[in-house]
Amino acid sequence: MTTINESVSNAEAARRAKPDQGSPQIDHEFAGLAPRSWKAPIIFTVLTLAGAVVFCLTVDPGSISKVSVRTGTPGIGDVLWSLPSLITLTVMTVIMVAMTAWAWRQAIVRHHITTWYGVGFGLIFVAAFLVWAVSGEDSALQVTALLSGALFLSVPLIFGAMAGAVCEHVGVINVSIEGQLLGGAFLGAVVGSLTQNAWIGLLAAPVAGALVGCLLALFAVRYWVDHIIVGVVLNVLVTGLTNYLFSTVLTANSDVFSIPFALPVVRIPLLADIPVIGTVLFNQSCLVYIMYAVVILLQIMMFHSRWGLRMRACGEHPRAADTVGIKVNRTRVLNTILGGAIAGLGGAFFTLATGLAFGKEMSAGRGYIALAAMILGGWKPKGALLAALLFGFADNLQNALGVVGIGVPSQFMLMAPYLVTILAVAGIVGTVRAPAQEGTAYKG
Amino acid sequence: MTDIAPTAPQAPNWRATFRKITNSSAVTVVLAIVVALVVGAILIAAADEDVQRTVTYLFAQPGDFFVALGQSIGGAYAALFQGAVVNFGASSSGAALLPLARTVANSVPLIFAGLALGMGFRAGLFNIGGQGQIMLGAVFCSYLGFALHLPVGLHVIVCVLGAFVGGAIWGFVPGILKATTGANEVIVTIMLNSIAGFLLGFLLTLQSFRVPGSNNPISPMVDANALYPTFFGTPVSVGFVLAIAAAVGVWWLMERSTLGFRIKAVGANKDAALTSGMNVRTTYIWVMTIGGGLCGLAATAPLLGTPSQALSVDIASTFGFDAITVALLGRSKPLGTVLAGLLFGGLRAGGYMMQAGTGVPIDIILVLQSVIVLLIAAPPLVKAIFRLPDPSRRHKVRRARGMKASVARSEVTA
Amino acid sequence: MKLELRHITKKFGDFVANDNIDLVVEPGQIHALLGENGAGKSTLMNVLYGLYEADGGQILLDDQPMQFAGPGDAMAAGIGMVHQHFMLVPVFTVAENVVLGHEPVKGPDLIDVSKARDIVKQISDRFGFEVDPNALVEDLPVGIQQRVEIIKALSRQAKILILDEPTAVLTPQETDELMSIMRQLKAAGTSIVFITHKLREVQDVADVITVIRHGRVVGQAAPTASQSELARLMVGRAVDLSVDKTLHQGGPVALSVKDLSLVEPTGRALLEDITFDVHKSEILTIAGVQGNGQTELTEVLIGLRKSTAGSVTLVTQDAAGRAVTTDLTNQSVRTILDSGVGYVPENRSKDGMIAGFSVAENLVIDQITHPPFSRHGSLDTRAISANGARQVEQFDIRTDTAQAGMGTLSGGNQQKVVLARELSRDLTVFIASQPTRGVDVGSIEFIHGQIIAERDAGAAVLIVSTELNEVTALADRIAVMYRGRFVGIVPPDTDRNVLGLMMAGIAADEALDLTRQESYTDQVQSEGVDHD
Repeated sequence: MTTINESVSNAEAARRAKPDQGSPQIDHEFAGLAPRSWKAPIIFTVLTLAGAVVFCLTVDPGSISKVSVRTGTPGIGDVLWSLPSLITLTVMTVIMVAMTAWAWRQAIVRHHITTWYGVGFGLIFVAAFLVWAVSGEDSALQVTALLSGALFLSVPLIFGAMAGAVCEHVGVINVSIEGQLLGGAFLGAVVGSLTQNAWIGLLAAPVAGALVGCLLALFAVRYWVDHIIVGVVLNVLVTGLTNYLFSTVLTANSDVFSIPFALPVVRIPLLADIPVIGTVLFNQSCLVYIMYAVVILLQIMMFHSRWGLRMRACGEHPRAADTVGIKVNRTRVLNTILGGAIAGLGGAFFTLATGLAFGKEMSAGRGYIALAAMILGGWKPKGALLAALLFGFADNLQNALGVVGIGVPSQFMLMAPYLVTILAVAGIVGTVRAPAQEGTAYKG
Repeated sequence: MTDIAPTAPQAPNWRATFRKITNSSAVTVVLAIVVALVVGAILIAAADEDVQRTVTYLFAQPGDFFVALGQSIGGAYAALFQGAVVNFGASSSGAALLPLARTVANSVPLIFAGLALGMGFRAGLFNIGGQGQIMLGAVFCSYLGFALHLPVGLHVIVCVLGAFVGGAIWGFVPGILKATTGANEVIVTIMLNSIAGFLLGFLLTLQSFRVPGSNNPISPMVDANALYPTFFGTPVSVGFVLAIAAAVGVWWLMERSTLGFRIKAVGANKDAALTSGMNVRTTYIWVMTIGGGLCGLAATAPLLGTPSQALSVDIASTFGFDAITVALLGRSKPLGTVLAGLLFGGLRAGGYMMQAGTGVPIDIILVLQSVIVLLIAAPPLVKAIFRLPDPSRRHKVRRARGMKASVARSEVTA
Repeated sequence: MKLELRHITKKFGDFVANDNIDLVVEPGQIHALLGENGAGKSTLMNVLYGLYEADGGQILLDDQPMQFAGPGDAMAAGIGMVHQHFMLVPVFTVAENVVLGHEPVKGPDLIDVSKARDIVKQISDRFGFEVDPNALVEDLPVGIQQRVEIIKALSRQAKILILDEPTAVLTPQETDELMSIMRQLKAAGTSIVFITHKLREVQDVADVITVIRHGRVVGQAAPTASQSELARLMVGRAVDLSVDKTLHQGGPVALSVKDLSLVEPTGRALLEDITFDVHKSEILTIAGVQGNGQTELTEVLIGLRKSTAGSVTLVTQDAAGRAVTTDLTNQSVRTILDSGVGYVPENRSKDGMIAGFSVAENLVIDQITHPPFSRHGSLDTRAISANGARQVEQFDIRTDTAQAGMGTLSGGNQQKVVLARELSRDLTVFIASQPTRGVDVGSIEFIHGQIIAERDAGAAVLIVSTELNEVTALADRIAVMYRGRFVGIVPPDTDRNVLGLMMAGIAADEALDLTRQESYTDQVQSEGVDHD
């Protein structure tokens, strides 16, 4: 069969060899004209200037910054560094200046800097801040405690972010993470207290989260109510319910419902002996180890399993999923409930991991932060984990520096992660892609 | 070329939700309130000790149980009603109507903030930042109120303007970020709420914001000259008149002004608005700034109202979040928002009375509010609960009805 | 496999999309389903594929009555469908898309990637598709995406393949390739239902033609039927889609575009060095396959996108007849509209109208800031209503009142509203993208008439269309776009095959040479067919 195409193909062979239109090919002839992105260098410059001015100029030239690192390993002693503040800060500022200069150069030649470059810059800035903050103080900054505390405080954020990621990938925006955390904290504590067993409480916590997930699925998937509205209102509902039950039943019978039980802290042999890292990662509450498992499992299953492929298909192109026989709305409902359960498990942090009785609104907005972490982490478990750790770090920094006693008002320390989030959504997130059909109802 | 012509683009879903709410009949609203009251009743009964005690011998003496049930629920709701509308036990008719006056006074911040959020909704913006905007408004309003000493009349005006400016600044931030970088306003406003809280906390550590000589993080009271004049010694003040005026103003803005046309166009179809030469970015900035200002005005209610409160970290109460439900219930329209504000203001006023009188915690009001809003957003659920015929489910089909409606329309069109 | 549809009826509310339709597809047959937009072809196929439930009628496969509760059942029964809008997940690989829903699994629910790749490779090799199983679908050109869809259907052992308007997104040459694939599939025993509204293709490949109009089967035809016969069946009356107009040489230049380029931040060029003029009283049409930069070009011209190089200049004449130039390069949409440019966007419901607003409001959305519709920031609702009533009258917009919601109008009438809004202004340049997409035949004729009238009134007109018929019918000159470049500008009587080759990126003179050869190969081919 000789068609025109064959005669065409000779003349066109060269052209067709290139990927066709629609592919992100780079036409080198024109690559030089791509618009420059000034965001990163500008942010770097602002931070570097702030660092140089505040850190180097306000620090007492003769002061010392004490930093203590506990290795936690038998046989290896703890470290106590006394760094000359001004010299250390000057070196760090020089590094930041160099990194900023390179960022400007990259922008001018129309290249983008990598995320890791930005993370590296951020770490140096934070380190400089810490050196500045503890300069001249008598007590040392406890780095190991800072890190392990940060990990611990990140736990509800990480669970919440995982819940958000599961729901978003299946196409449901989960703003009710806050309510799911709170519900998990409540039911976990109450059941733990009733059964006098923290482990049974831990089993109950995801049930509460799943119930909130059920309601989210009912309204968002079944009745097509906007996901953000349902999420916000469900948070109010759970807050109202738990507040009400706390003020009535829990308060009246606190000897039955409000006995605090804590999950054990387990030191994992061998692993915990790794210097510094071991103490930080492997001498934690059991809930932390469950968190590791959940993150690893989700990262693998979401992108390599049948379950993950199908649920992401529902979030990316529900109609395509429907046409190959996947029950879109059922998949959405089930995974939304699963997401709720994961967040509920995270809620156990507030009561069962810390060993506290339930208190009113004890999740204190962590659910919203978890949502931000999930977005900051590019909708992926791995990224969300890192972002959640960042928030946990900022949270704990305030505690750690409070111990050392520094001049910065605690409110500004507490504000930092929120400001970082705003900077991030304004600067970074535009480049990451959300699941295409998140937040839309599938109406068959 | 399709048989199914291109249907309207997937509008952010909650716009469809608003349309749904807008179309929901008064019947749905009433039924939603009924369901919410039933849910509330179950909670009240469940937490009541008499009910708990009598239920243990329910089958032996069911009478006791039902009496206890009736007393707990009836008592609580009676207290709620008396606290919100008319107190029959009052000595004078003025005192009898005092609850109603409290309801009206309570509704003021909810109306201001509800108008703001409703306006945002209609522009396609989900402003969750009412809380932070109220706090900033409160900072400005309070400072001007206690630091300045101006003549009667002028002082109130200065404080009100200050509240507007404070809130507007906090609304401008997410507006400009959305306009210039596309930053999601939901996330930014949530973050700004927390930041405002910390900022307020910090300001209250400063001597200039404290009662001289005091160590408590509470500011001085505003000058008497800065307070809203009240009517007949009731809590109802000029603040309510201002809130009504704001509602009229928002109505004019949305229905009769060019900016309002733009706001609605951007909210209904951003792409078409852009293609028609409208500046979507400045529209976002305007909506968020004006909305922030209105939220700021909400702060005048506790600060300049009677009884007046001093600036503290709790000054915004939960007005910003309640306003979301108020705006949703009010269908984002000014009149609806005023009515919804009165309803929720009444629930608040009655809730305190209920808590004081019968020991039922006021937190139950949150449950009632959220159940009402959830149900109103999903009319088919209300109809299903009451087994009302749902016109959309007449045809026996596998698929849900929305698709069909849209297909039907496009099929006809194509 | 033999497919039989009996008395299929499908209603949407009061609207009957399919009315008692009967259809028999014999095994190994290519059965064309011909009909206008909105005739009910896709609805019928969605019923067959289990996406809609019929209100009445029966589906039989090899004489066995079937019940499909969803696409899963239809697929299990051996029915595959290639939807007009591809049902592929853009961020998945080809292999992932193909196995989605029937994934090979190893271990704890993990996808067996190598097996998935083999499935793709096997089918791809059998039909010479040359599809890379590891490529991300979003990186593939539409022609290849379509093959992925076919692989997807075949991997599920489809015996009956439904192709819904498969050629809408293809170049004429890619269309020919698809036709040959269809013949191969047929030779392998697959039955094909081929949905289209293009007469030429039907004649080329179909064994049997069923024509559907207003949801009913109005006749069957053999592929030997003449085009005018098929067209009459399809539309229900004699149609003459050629537009009655005289060619214009055009007056002085009104819109001058020089070296216009648009490069994305990634470095990908969407428009490259585009240079052309449109004259007063002239229609320049831009032909090309969807997605070759036409959309971007019009969006740059109207100010919705900012170009990265080049200039756009508007030229008008002052009272003394002297040329006055206005630089429109990267101006705001507002400025460009106000300087006398009218714009009908390609996607009406997304960019051209606000469904929730009234017709009257839609008629003023791009002039709402101007008198008489608003003064000092306050709307004049009376002027808006009066204008609405006037335009509804003038443009024959079928609605009870101008206060009716825009969403309640038919596609054709919605398009008239958009057109009326733009043409009611005094325009120097009129730009319209796909002016008759999704519009019924009656409205097409009306809209074409209005466009010609605007030209005759002195406007410079720029029309973008992917329908070759429309391009040639309206044009005074035709420009062809391919991958963001102008391949060439040719006269309106240029041979279709030449235009087709240009749409594949072949320069005009080269295309002419090739078509001369092709008339030879055509003969060879038709002889070959005769020998079958």
